[in-house]
Amino acid sequence: MVSASSEAPPVDPASLHLAPTVERSVKVLVVGAYGVGKTTLIGAVSEIPVLSTEETITAASVGVDPRLGEKTTTTVAMDFGRVTVGGTTALYLFGTPGQKRFWDLWAGLAEGAVGALVVVDTRRLEESFEVLDQLEEHTALPVTVVVNEFPDAPRHATDAVRAALDLPPGTPVVAGDLRERRQAVAALQALVAHAVRLARAGEAA
Amino acid sequence: MTDGYRDHPVRSYVLTGGRAHPSRNTLRPETLLCAVDDGRELPVGAGRHERALLETCRGTLALAELAAHLRLPTSLVAVLASDLLDAGYLAVRSPASHDLPGVDLLEEVLDGLRQF
Repeated sequence: MVSASSEAPPVDPASLHLAPTVERSVKVLVVGAYGVGKTTLIGAVSEIPVLSTEETITAASVGVDPRLGEKTTTTVAMDFGRVTVGGTTALYLFGTPGQKRFWDLWAGLAEGAVGALVVVDTRRLEESFEVLDQLEEHTALPVTVVVNEFPDAPRHATDAVRAALDLPPGTPVVAGDLRERRQAVAALQALVAHAVRLARAGEAA
Repeated sequence: MTDGYRDHPVRSYVLTGGRAHPSRNTLRPETLLCAVDDGRELPVGAGRHERALLETCRGTLALAELAAHLRLPTSLVAVLASDLLDAGYLAVRSPASHDLPGVDLLEEVLDGLRQF
């Protein structure tokens, strides 16, 4: 994937430094199938241009190229952005492919995360099953599903999406045009509110 | 990438002096780092990537941001940053937690998001 950020002219990092008041950071994972709008959501929320790093991972090649054998090394681009909240906390949004073969990449990312926003496209909901399965199997992260309302995609009630994806009870499902900052922020709010509820329930238990 | 750079195992191996892992395992992509401004110069033998890292990190940035600006893989920058932390040229602004953030922090983040 060629990201817009790698084609942009170099930006002076000094203009991108965090404010001196920022003293801690938290992160959210933005996962979903290829082309589903992860980077769109990140870009809509981020206060800096979306950045990209490339990571070399050893991944199971199942579904990639059986001729390469059991394991293969692949380079994966990870897009991310940042938004400063409350003046003291930097919230990072790391976009990462959610498929099983990329698990090595996002396993490390998931540790200590607030939660995961799972971006879905109603025209290819089936591609989201693997992402949700991976999250459920390997992490205890709070999850919120975000339906990216592409202009030409049919509208489904969020309840229908919830049923189709067989989500655990209580998992928030929100929908919106993720190019709009307000709607992308609303999705992020839904996830963090869900994380607060789960953390409170955990404390009470 | 536009400059023709591609990550390559051999290249990473040379840049890190043959180490695949950083000298500490507490660095995460979101860990905030900042160069220590005490007037000390890097030793003459320091590599250009260490110099570029410190130059880029004169203000606070997360490890992943450093990697993106330097156009190097995060795993490689973690190794370089660890060395600079050990030598006192770089400081961690935000100790990363292995656990889910606590309720207080989550509520602060939520309040902050509601102000947008």
